[in-house]
Amino acid sequence: MALLEVSGLRTAFHTRDGVVRAVQDVSFRLERGDTLGIVGESGSGKSVACLSLLGLIPQPPGRIEAGKALFDGEDLLRSPEHALRRIRGRRIGMIFQDPMTSLNPYLTVEEQLVEPLLIHGIAGREAAAATALAALKEVGVPDAEARIRDYPHQFSGGMRQRVMIAMALIAKPDLLIADEPTTALDVTVQAQILELIEHEQSERRVAVILISHDLAVVAEVCDHVIVMYAGRVVESAPAATLFRAPRHPYTRALQLSRPALQAAGSELYTIPGMPPDLARPMSGCAFAPRCEFATGDCTRSEVRLEGVAPEHASACLRAQRGEIRVT
Amino acid sequence: MLEAAQAAEPGRSLWQDAWARLRRNRMAVFGGAALIVIAGLSFFGPLLLSHSYEAQNLVLGAAPPSGEHLLGTDKLGRDQLARVLYGGRVSLLVGLAATAVSLTIGLLWGCTAGYLGGRVDAVMMRTVDILYALPFTIFVILLMTVFGRNFILLFVAIGAVEWLTMARIVRGQVLALKRQEFIEAAIALGLRKRRIIVRHMIPNVLGPVAVYTTLTIPAVMLLEAFLSFLGLGVQPPMSSWGLLIKEGAEMMEEAPWLLLYPAAFFTLTLFSLNFLGDGLRDALDVRASKD
Amino acid sequence: MREPYLELRHVKTHFPIERGFLARHRVGAVKAVDGVTLTIAKGEVLGLVGESGCGKSTLARTILRLVPPTEGAVLLGGRNLADLAAEELRAARAGFQMIFQDPFASLNPRMTVHDTLAEAIQAHRSVAPAELSDEIASLLARVGLAARFSRKYPHEFSGGQRQRIAVARALAVRPGLIIADEPVSALDVSVQAQIINLLAQLTRELGLTMVFISHDLAVVRHLSHRIAVMYLGRIVELGPSAEVLERPLHPYTRALVSAAQLGDPDRKAARKRVLLAGDPPSPVNPPAGCAFHPRCAYAIEECSRIAPQFEAFRPGHEAACIRVRQINAL
Repeated sequence: MALLEVSGLRTAFHTRDGVVRAVQDVSFRLERGDTLGIVGESGSGKSVACLSLLGLIPQPPGRIEAGKALFDGEDLLRSPEHALRRIRGRRIGMIFQDPMTSLNPYLTVEEQLVEPLLIHGIAGREAAAATALAALKEVGVPDAEARIRDYPHQFSGGMRQRVMIAMALIAKPDLLIADEPTTALDVTVQAQILELIEHEQSERRVAVILISHDLAVVAEVCDHVIVMYAGRVVESAPAATLFRAPRHPYTRALQLSRPALQAAGSELYTIPGMPPDLARPMSGCAFAPRCEFATGDCTRSEVRLEGVAPEHASACLRAQRGEIRVT
Repeated sequence: MLEAAQAAEPGRSLWQDAWARLRRNRMAVFGGAALIVIAGLSFFGPLLLSHSYEAQNLVLGAAPPSGEHLLGTDKLGRDQLARVLYGGRVSLLVGLAATAVSLTIGLLWGCTAGYLGGRVDAVMMRTVDILYALPFTIFVILLMTVFGRNFILLFVAIGAVEWLTMARIVRGQVLALKRQEFIEAAIALGLRKRRIIVRHMIPNVLGPVAVYTTLTIPAVMLLEAFLSFLGLGVQPPMSSWGLLIKEGAEMMEEAPWLLLYPAAFFTLTLFSLNFLGDGLRDALDVRASKD
Repeated sequence: MREPYLELRHVKTHFPIERGFLARHRVGAVKAVDGVTLTIAKGEVLGLVGESGCGKSTLARTILRLVPPTEGAVLLGGRNLADLAAEELRAARAGFQMIFQDPFASLNPRMTVHDTLAEAIQAHRSVAPAELSDEIASLLARVGLAARFSRKYPHEFSGGQRQRIAVARALAVRPGLIIADEPVSALDVSVQAQIINLLAQLTRELGLTMVFISHDLAVVRHLSHRIAVMYLGRIVELGPSAEVLERPLHPYTRALVSAAQLGDPDRKAARKRVLLAGDPPSPVNPPAGCAFHPRCAYAIEECSRIAPQFEAFRPGHEAACIRVRQINAL
């Protein structure tokens, strides 16, 4: 049985200005120890999808309208709050983008590391303190014995993120969700943090979902990647394949917009147009208005994610029909 | 190129956005409407009434509401309706005037301290801290005793105490603003200091200041009521709601209407100001809004 | 070397840390910029890269005189800005402008685009009202925005559009030098490309001299003729863009370059070898000798004693490290 199987997830926000369809029909699955990357720009729905799984979307104005999320057989979307609380931190750990605002500034690092162990009844105070120290050392915080009693503001950004990782993993969860964990960090620190996540993942066999707007960051750590646009999954493939031979125009466009270290061309590729308004209903492919390969069919037909190669699915109608080669 | 100007679509300023949000807030709208009604009654009502607030009728004494005196009369036979409306005038005026005093002092003090920073700021704000620690009551009593019971002195005294919090708020806003990049950009452009303060700083400070002002008015009115209750504020035959409440409390058992009506008016006004202030704060601070 | 337009000579910007209530005394200093010497020619684009805390933003503000240097000189077109009186400085500001990182914070939220640009245009010139509208329209066209948006407020635009407005404002005073401080870091990837293209186009068309600051090597590479790498207040490497990125000399540059090549499956193996230990240190107590030595994989004992001097190892390509030859097998 898969560790996590999400099918047909649909989350919307009912706001004064209309219904914003943040996540539409998203499905993916994750086995134990797998690493999955979710790539998308702001507004793609990648964060909302994962927050929905843990019941962290405020309802109202949000509402999970459809879908199933089977975590070890249990449907997270239909679990009552007390059941979800037992899962959060214990079986699913989460780290967020800005470590400064996700750590409690009034508690020492020790108190925050020890908390998940105490509330989930995993260890008593003494044992928890020892475990916390070991966890801090494991994530590479130098001088851990002294620093464990420091407050978050006394750490640098990279160190705080390490503390967050330690906190998320201390209860030995089966799944770690990392939402843009390196976006706020310097490039060299980013490399270290990704290395750390990879290390923890292979050591503890934790499944990892890594969310980022940066295709390169995700391809670095994950075995499999899904690309999201306007609330839908538009491509799903192994990382290396996605990096070398994407099969959806949006993925290709994302790659091209990113200036490469090696090439110094005269003009960078830019994606024409603007991301769609998620409050307005769309027919056909959401990317079509900006796509260089779009035809009339693209806006008229129903668009679905379908396999185009082993382990490789694309929601591009024309790629599915074999009409175009994106690369 | 006239067409460029003609074709320019109007934008929606932050004030317009805030106004739209305020209008949608039912409590705030109710508060605003109630205030307008009460203010209207207080300022124009006495002109329409047949009775004056000070005409005594000792024969009548404290009489319950009747056709002649809609809200009854007090122990000296004065028409309560006229007194309540006139009292409204006084209370509201004191509220507005004292708030204006505190606003002016606080704005200037806070802006100066915030903009100049350093030692000047430290000295100015420690002064505020020390003044905060002084017991207000004693201070006002002292003032009133030394200078006599002067109506103008009353709201100067109140304003002089209320400016402290205003100064802190303004200074905080200015400090936060100074670090904003558009202020740096304005300096980098080579704009004159005066222009930066007037065009860039002040408009961006006004938001929280406006909110706090609407919340200061009820505080001030309560202060005045308290003083009048102690006998230090407004003196009869003038009336204010505070004074009326004091008189009403003295005759609470025999003539409850003397307490009830002024209290009701006062409470309604305070509620309205608070709703309005709350609504303003929510309207101006996008993050705090509940939708 | 073409005629120098911007010259920095041993510029240091230190912020004193003071303690005490009424009699404040210095207990230390944040050495944000600690000795930068640089020359930029007219029409050149210099990329300045470094991570947080390296002092690049402070350097930008020092050049623009938003912060006065503690030591050293900044010369623009041969003129030392420190020699100018307050009013002269204010007028001289038309010659150099800045584009900030956060497009929202850098625009006054209560002024329309029209007002913001009008204010900039009229800061140093008097322009008749009729011509004002024309000039605003042409500025907007230059940055790719429709004139009909001129009455709108900053919050009604997207991040990329706001940044365009900021560029238009910088251009309004007709500067010769523009310093762009991380202008695309706060934007989505697909929008970054648009702004980078715009800046490249403008520098070409208008012959602008630009210092482009970023932590993102790929972005800097695209726009710059030369790249300067900054670490803890000092420049550690300087050379032509392609060379600095393809054949870096300084260990820190090598680490930066490898960290920037994420995701490429072909480079994964090579990248693993250049992982830096620890975090960027704070500029309050820079390490003795070479500022980078505590994190350097190649550090030897001398590195903690000797502060390396800038030396050219290839034509036009300099680095400050005593072990460059050994590390790069030169």
